[in-house]
Amino acid sequence: MSDDTSPGETQASVGNDGDPPNAPLVDVRDVAVGYGDDPVLTGVSLAVERGEFVGLVGPNGAGKTTLLQAINGIITPSAGTVLVDGTDVHGLSSRAASRRVATVPQDTTVAFDFSVADIVEMGRTPYTGRFGRDTGADAAVERALERTETAQFRNRSVGSLSGGERQRVVLARALAQETPALVLDEPTASLDINHQARTLALVRDLTREGKAALAAIHDLDLAARFCDRLVVLAGGGVRAVGPPAEVLTGERVRATFDTAAAVVPSPVTGAATVTPLLDDSRGGLDRRVHVAGAGNAAARTVAALAAAGATVSVGVVPEGGLATSVAREHGLDPVVASPFEPVDAATEAAARDRFADADVAVIAGSVPPSVHALVRDHPVVVRVTDGTPDSGGPADGTDVNRRADATASPATVVETVERVAGEQVSADD
Amino acid sequence: MGTGTETESTAASALPGGVRSTTVRAVAWSAGLGVVLVAVVLASAAIGPVSLSLSVVAKASLNAVAIPTGVSPTAATVGLGDASATLPVPDLSYTYPFAFQMDGTAETIVRRVRLPRIALGVVVGFALASAGTVMQGFFRNPMADPSIVGVSSGAAVGAVATIALGLSLPFGIQGAAFVGALVAAFAVYLVATEDGRTPVATLLLAGVAVQTFLGAVVSYLLLHAGESIEQALFWLMGRLHTATWTDVEATLPVATLCFVVLLAYARDLNVLLLGEEDAHTLGIEVERTKRVLLAVSSVATAAAVAVAGVIGFVGLIIPHMLRLVVGPDHRVLLPTSAIAGGAFLVATDTLARVGPAELPVGIVTAALGAPFFLYLLVTREVHSL
Repeated sequence: MSDDTSPGETQASVGNDGDPPNAPLVDVRDVAVGYGDDPVLTGVSLAVERGEFVGLVGPNGAGKTTLLQAINGIITPSAGTVLVDGTDVHGLSSRAASRRVATVPQDTTVAFDFSVADIVEMGRTPYTGRFGRDTGADAAVERALERTETAQFRNRSVGSLSGGERQRVVLARALAQETPALVLDEPTASLDINHQARTLALVRDLTREGKAALAAIHDLDLAARFCDRLVVLAGGGVRAVGPPAEVLTGERVRATFDTAAAVVPSPVTGAATVTPLLDDSRGGLDRRVHVAGAGNAAARTVAALAAAGATVSVGVVPEGGLATSVAREHGLDPVVASPFEPVDAATEAAARDRFADADVAVIAGSVPPSVHALVRDHPVVVRVTDGTPDSGGPADGTDVNRRADATASPATVVETVERVAGEQVSADD
Repeated sequence: MGTGTETESTAASALPGGVRSTTVRAVAWSAGLGVVLVAVVLASAAIGPVSLSLSVVAKASLNAVAIPTGVSPTAATVGLGDASATLPVPDLSYTYPFAFQMDGTAETIVRRVRLPRIALGVVVGFALASAGTVMQGFFRNPMADPSIVGVSSGAAVGAVATIALGLSLPFGIQGAAFVGALVAAFAVYLVATEDGRTPVATLLLAGVAVQTFLGAVVSYLLLHAGESIEQALFWLMGRLHTATWTDVEATLPVATLCFVVLLAYARDLNVLLLGEEDAHTLGIEVERTKRVLLAVSSVATAAAVAVAGVIGFVGLIIPHMLRLVVGPDHRVLLPTSAIAGGAFLVATDTLARVGPAELPVGIVTAALGAPFFLYLLVTREVHSL
């Protein structure tokens, strides 16, 4: 290592051991690992390529941390191999292993009052001899500080930093290790939304420069937004691997996390957003519900009600909109209309019939007055808003038997539908 | 001290960069504290029933400076306090670079009476503070001190048994104490180790249990000590008044060697402070490093306790005080604590011997150290590591 060695060259020089150049950088093969005689994971295989950011998701206790520790060498697997850059990390000294895999741990609190520069310099430990000197240290520390925007804290005590700043310092320490592989355990667990996104965006940028990153992430929305692929870990093994949009489905989330959830593409980023529903609404909403509306509010409403077990019908929704695609994903046949055009008579009739069959009518998001007119006579109406005043709604709906408003939180939608439907039943008695 | 800080600030600004500035800081602080140590030593040598001028003391002390010029690894059994008969002992030959002409009586007082005791105080304080610094870092526990793994209790059993039972052993009380210390520490280590791993918390608990048990043994031995109980109590309270140059010759190489090894591991110890899992992912062989640190600091403590008895608090408060001043980096903290430990023990031993009646130095270190430490706690200067 010398001062002028760039990170890229360092990675190339960390030997390939004759593997084909396109072999995955991190290659976990049929690994079983556990504490004592109690296996946490069995038969786990996964690969992380250079330039790829893979997210590890799964419920608490699924073994995400255990798997990461089998990859960075803290725990030795009872079976299988973990190859990093073509070499089994468990055959290496911890010094050699730590030149291949850098780790950002879950808990970043530092009990002693080291300065930020001291902490980042500790990332150079694998390159420092007991009596020798690591000539690449200053340059590597400097690069790591700049990359993580922590250079201004250089002389601050690490104890005086906020959780988000400290997280970046620990990430800088991992960067100073100049490893081809990066392993992160809940890197965003204690961060606010701004720092969550910034941290993961930084990790993604680092993978675009050639690193391979594997991160355990609790927040499925963030994982879906930033990771190239997701690995779902549950029940002692890998349950699914693939791009977030393929892996995160309502059905799989229900099976993996044991909770019903609404999975809807984010209107902002397009990535999947996963919203869990309350336990007591899981699969128990035995109602026929008809949803009309548009946009994110309608999409979430459809997903939430379907996940909660209601018999859902949809329409009128705009063709090509979010609500339409979510309805079709759930196997529903929505009544659609072209956006920005008046709803024609046939469509209106189809929607009116379905409203009439439903126990509860739901209007989600902004709809034209003609759609509002469809539910004027319906006994139970729930109006779902995005939290903004509904400008399209007529003020003449006062003669309706029951009305309730709900914001576009899926849990609230399900609760509200359940409540008003229940009130209707008792009113009928 | 002023000299030290000035050197540090100018040198540090001239040489930016992590590694170098740390070395500069360590050297500067050590040099500054070294000046303090020399001043304390000279002052202590001047104080006593016969008052001597500083210049006389300085000349006599320089005359006593010996440089080892030759080492012959013979299996010598000269009355070394802590050497085992089976190990070859380096037999040193010395030259004396200084030869000031001076009053014979004054030179005898300084060289034969006061300096051995002062030198032993420096070595013992140095060893205890080094071991204490390492133990606090190792255990990540502010209450850790060198005797936490049972070293002092083991030494006490060895020494008190020898005194109370009137045993005649090849290396005397010191030898028995040294062996007892290492046996106790090793026993604690074995109890706490499973599958090649030694969890720090288990080590701590095993240490407490073994200390309690050995304390009971010591109490029992004291009940049956008869007329030798005063000698046993003096040993337990820690004392330097029996110091001889032989003690110094036996302890100094052990303490120096241990210090050098610990200093070589100072950087690893810094990384260990981040937690063992983090340290592992940063390339530290955690269990091996822990074994080295534990063994070396136990040997250093054993060597000190064997010749001086149980001297408490030096290894506990000196590292805390120095951490306030120089920060947590062991590359700076370890050498400065060691030097400050030497100066502190010489200063407290001087107080112990100037009073109307000679006190065991352990009483003085605890009586002065504890209130000062409480003051630091109350003012929240020290609240954690």
